[in-house]
Amino acid sequence: MTTLTKQPDPGLSARAPRKSRKRGKPSDGFRGIGDLKVALFFIAPAMVGLILFYLVPTIRGIYLSFTEYSILGDPEWIGAQNYERIAKDPLFWNALGVTAEYVLINIVLQTALALGLAILMHRVAKSTLIRGALLMPYLMANVIAALLWFWMLDYQIGIINQIIEWTGLPRVAFFGSEQWAIPTQALINTWRHMGYTALLIFAGLQAIPNSVYEAASIDGSKAVSTFWRITLPLLRPVLVLVLVVTVIGSFQVFDTVAVTTAGGPVNATRVLQFYIYQRAFNEQDFGYGSALAVILFLILAIVAFIQMKFLRGNQSDLD
Amino acid sequence: MTILTSPRNAGRRRPLSRPFNWRRAIALTLLTLAIAVSILPFYWVLRTALSSNGSLAANSANLLPADFNLGAFKRVFGLQSASEAIAEGGSGASINFWQYLWNSLLFSGITTACAVFFSSMAAYAFSRLRWKGRDAVFSLFLATMLVPPIFTALPNFLLIKNLGLLNSMLGLVLPYLFMTPFAIFFMRQFFLNMSREVEEAAMLDGAKHWRIFFQIIMPNAAAPIATLALLTFMGQWNEYFWPLLVGTSEESRVLTVGLGVFKSQSPQGAPDWSGLMAATLVSATPVLILFAIFGKRIVNSIGFNGTK
Repeated sequence: MTTLTKQPDPGLSARAPRKSRKRGKPSDGFRGIGDLKVALFFIAPAMVGLILFYLVPTIRGIYLSFTEYSILGDPEWIGAQNYERIAKDPLFWNALGVTAEYVLINIVLQTALALGLAILMHRVAKSTLIRGALLMPYLMANVIAALLWFWMLDYQIGIINQIIEWTGLPRVAFFGSEQWAIPTQALINTWRHMGYTALLIFAGLQAIPNSVYEAASIDGSKAVSTFWRITLPLLRPVLVLVLVVTVIGSFQVFDTVAVTTAGGPVNATRVLQFYIYQRAFNEQDFGYGSALAVILFLILAIVAFIQMKFLRGNQSDLD
Repeated sequence: MTILTSPRNAGRRRPLSRPFNWRRAIALTLLTLAIAVSILPFYWVLRTALSSNGSLAANSANLLPADFNLGAFKRVFGLQSASEAIAEGGSGASINFWQYLWNSLLFSGITTACAVFFSSMAAYAFSRLRWKGRDAVFSLFLATMLVPPIFTALPNFLLIKNLGLLNSMLGLVLPYLFMTPFAIFFMRQFFLNMSREVEEAAMLDGAKHWRIFFQIIMPNAAAPIATLALLTFMGQWNEYFWPLLVGTSEESRVLTVGLGVFKSQSPQGAPDWSGLMAATLVSATPVLILFAIFGKRIVNSIGFNGTK
């Protein structure tokens, strides 16, 4: 239950060579097929699910991205034309830019706030009740978070704009202005994920043994430098995990946008997944939608790879 | 932030003699603020749901419900006539959250029960049985966690459509029934740490694997299964994208989709805020109840949930 910091490589020492991804325990020391027959029985249902709803759709999705297909009739092979069209599609580049902005705001805001919160919890309050309170927003559906803030941030009678006006500032059209629409979506997401991310980091903080801090204080390390030189580096695996989860999750933003701004004003919130949805389901252009989905898939794979590779997220410096 | 970072300020190591600790006071204030930001919006939803639309604008910052009444909830459950609803600021379009609640319950309940069970079976094979190719197959399952849902959603939609299952409960639940990679990973992790002794004793008695699985492994794994079921159920309850594609008819809508439809029906310019917030509250209630009962279990699972 507590293995957060060890994932995704449980039981292996930190300085083990990077290639040894295989799990230590099982499979060593037996020959032949072992319990293969029984095993097949036990994994049969899961295997059906894997093949029908993951593997086949993956291949079919890639195939469809090379076709022209409007649901009616059969897909027609057109080579890489969809990809060529995408390269020249201003709406795609807009979607990519808007999504990137959303991801960026989320990373910075969410990680900073969650890190601060985790440290606060670690210092002054570890009770389950407090952690539960902070986790509440995360348990709500995106749709609920979206509607809740759509009301609170309403330009006319939303409470937040009411408060803004009291402080003497002009009201903000959170959802209505092109400039604010994406930051607002990111704020909703940050609100929903802040506590959850803080709990992840909190679990990482709990895993750092006290002896490390004691040694630092004996060596005369100041509070600030202890944080930068000891706490933060030891938190690296957790922070990388948080980063990967945040980036991959935010790249797939859809629900809050679909319920509130539906891509607008103009194209300000036409994020990637919403654009894919529109092309595939509103315009019945499944080939083009699939090609866009392939590109999203590739972006996520590259992002995850870079983060794991260069930030060494799968290795801990503890032990 | 930096003033709070010294481990020497940690609660457990604070010198007892100091009467008032400024750093601690600031830390507690900030924490209280974060909790307020997390929780107060829920009060605002309740307060708005109990208000009437006509009075909201004039009392937009009043902390208590403005002109208290239950009309919004009646509207949500389809208990108001169209003319009544329009008079109170609703759209007058028919909407029935009982139906959506029931659909959400079915959708989340069926998928949770099946996925948790089948995933546990697979996890058993990936942890307690020894067979060739086991780790490779497990890696394949794990790898599917990296595939973004939208990528498989398009072809899966076509499959469900070709099977003629659009707008049916079966079509909604089918892709989630057999497993989730996270559930397999979660249960496997637990099974790996279980002691082999009882199992081996049963094996000597000649018990078959399925008996060991049902009579020894599953009962001993009741706690993690409960946690997994909770997490899965809440995840399914909040699902929006897939039900939006497959369950669009009035009869097959789940709550999240119904909520979106309700919002889009709301009169432009003067939205039915109290109705919307009542609907939001109704949608959130089951999760809030689960959280009230199993809060501790959910909170403590978070460190683990990190890979999702």
